[in-house]
Amino acid sequence: MSGSESGNESGNGTGTGTFVGMPAFPRAAHDAVNDQTLRGNLRHATHTIRAKRAKAVAEVSDWAALRDAGKRIKDHTLRHLDRYLEQLEESVTAAGGTVHWAADADEANRIVAQLVKETGESEVVKVKSMATQEIGLNEALLAEGIHAYETDLAELIVQLGKDRPSHILVPAIHRNRSEIRDIFRSEMGSWGRPAPEGLTDTPAELAEAARLHLREKFLRAKVGVSGANFMVAETGTLVVVESEGNGRMCLTLPETLISVVGIEKIVPTWRDLEVFLQTLPRSSTAERMNPYTSMWTGTTDEDGPRAFHLVLLDNGRTDTLADEVGRQALRCIRCSACLNVCPVYERAGGHAYGSVYPGPIGAILSPQLRGTQSEIDASLPYASSLCGACYEVCPVAIDIPEVLVHLRERVVEGGEVIRQGNKVVLRPAKGHAAERAAMRAARWAFTHPAALRTGQRLASRTRRLQPRTLPGPGRAWSGTRDLPALPKEPFRDWWQRTRTRGGSKEGSK
Amino acid sequence: MSSRERILGRVRRALADVRGDDTPYEQAVPREYLREHGDRSVEQTVELLAENLADYRAIVHRCTAPELPAVIARLLAERGSASVLVPPGLDEGRLAATDVPRIADRAESTPEELDRVGSVVTACAVAVAETGTLVLDAAPDQGRRRITLVPDHHICVVRVPDQVVSSVPQALERLDPARPLTWISGPSATSDIELDRVEGVHGPRTLEVVLVSAG
Repeated sequence: MSGSESGNESGNGTGTGTFVGMPAFPRAAHDAVNDQTLRGNLRHATHTIRAKRAKAVAEVSDWAALRDAGKRIKDHTLRHLDRYLEQLEESVTAAGGTVHWAADADEANRIVAQLVKETGESEVVKVKSMATQEIGLNEALLAEGIHAYETDLAELIVQLGKDRPSHILVPAIHRNRSEIRDIFRSEMGSWGRPAPEGLTDTPAELAEAARLHLREKFLRAKVGVSGANFMVAETGTLVVVESEGNGRMCLTLPETLISVVGIEKIVPTWRDLEVFLQTLPRSSTAERMNPYTSMWTGTTDEDGPRAFHLVLLDNGRTDTLADEVGRQALRCIRCSACLNVCPVYERAGGHAYGSVYPGPIGAILSPQLRGTQSEIDASLPYASSLCGACYEVCPVAIDIPEVLVHLRERVVEGGEVIRQGNKVVLRPAKGHAAERAAMRAARWAFTHPAALRTGQRLASRTRRLQPRTLPGPGRAWSGTRDLPALPKEPFRDWWQRTRTRGGSKEGSK
Repeated sequence: MSSRERILGRVRRALADVRGDDTPYEQAVPREYLREHGDRSVEQTVELLAENLADYRAIVHRCTAPELPAVIARLLAERGSASVLVPPGLDEGRLAATDVPRIADRAESTPEELDRVGSVVTACAVAVAETGTLVLDAAPDQGRRRITLVPDHHICVVRVPDQVVSSVPQALERLDPARPLTWISGPSATSDIELDRVEGVHGPRTLEVVLVSAG
């Protein structure tokens, strides 16, 4: 088990690690679907972004070619990942940075805590980063006496609200303005500068309160922690794409910068950025370009941090790479377009997915990074209607439905997978016995045509006697569905009667 | 075994099913996308830059080189700034028409000092018309990255048409990755509260862009 699975929920209340003890998706989703406020907030948000995104994408006539180039760049990088990692290490080191390698979450957290301690500081400012959320860095630092302050407005809302992020791009999307005002009023004071007197719930006032609260922290911060959207192997350049400027604050004001980045974030050449800087903003925030993009190569004298540390994170990525079907999930550039079009995400919300990666991408990424042994991870491949909308919008053409089906098969059938670099044979997951039994029965029936024919005739002739719901273990399934109506006559009999010699051409009815 | 070796070893084993492939990178990735979108004259490209900057709520001004000092003086006066931060390599003549006290971009100045500055005036390295983006590369006329971040009012001067390109691919060609780069598209903004766009959470709340032609 990787360290990420021991992420601590309590800690300082930020709960940004992986979500231990989460119920499996169906249960979590059931509660979320009954929360009217949450559904309203989500519906508004996903539909707004969806419409804007379609417009932003339509502006570029070569979208299909950009998408294809993005897919090919990432696939090429992944198939030569060892070579590009070595090249990146060399370039970053040559530019004045220090590279660290972390096999799992625990190791990454230990490295970061040690680096912070070496500076003598007990506070860090953070720019929103999926990788550090994935490894539960804030909680791990707190255990070492180091406070990590999230500086993205939405992350601040989540942190102050002792809540969990629910969307990759807009983590507090599940909160509306009056909920946010209440959180600011009651919580800001205990973290630093309190909310201004008489704070209303207009977005402008709320943003201003966040600006004043956080500026205090930026101006005194000595250590910044970030992730990165891209790392260029050829030049050693790191790229952070953002909107608010908190990223620029964290990347340039502190004396020490520590960036924790998944090994899959590499692109080979400087030129490759021309593809992703066109596809990422349009797919994620539906903008031609996000307000701020920072690119830094090692350190620069008297401009920005004097020390730069890059922590390269595996934490299940090489295991994912070992899966021939599933490895395409590593192409993901975290744009979140798949969340916004997903009918399941729209109703269930991000928390139901039980990991920092919600929505369709989370449904294929989390069970691969963490394995499918836990109940929530085994349930995630089923958190989809397989409608394919996620594949349509993906700017790097990840065939999410294909991976979902592949993972379902793994959950039900078990088989050989790689966990932490080693081959492991998974047993079929519990709770799928009925499915397996049904499949076995089907296999037998299809290889015994006479038995199949008899069974079908029997089923048709007793159709009036059959119940509307299934008894026993099938009750749950039929509780939310109508049983398919049985035809009066089996198809094979109908064909025999109407389409073969002796039957009428038009059929009887 | 170090984690470095462990991770690289896992990568190699994970890729055991992948056939060896030594196709050079340039051929492995066909780039059939466009170098720029649309067929525009130089003047149209500058016009598109102005439109896209304004669409993202930057305030755009246009003038000729001889008019520039007066425009900058007016913008500083309208803002009522008590001080203006000036990077060391910025042409002094650009501020010739204003007597707002200058503050130098010094390595030892603290973020608190920068926070008290009224306005900052910089040049840029390149501007991208299709996306409405200014790119600063920390050259002497643009200064340290933080000076365009902490003060609340940023005036950026773009020479047109020679500093303007159409597209992102064309911009990357002109830039040196070894320099620290900041791409700016409109003022700082957030949409985190019910997706309502609000300007200026942490960066400058007002971005004014002066497009200067040789005139």
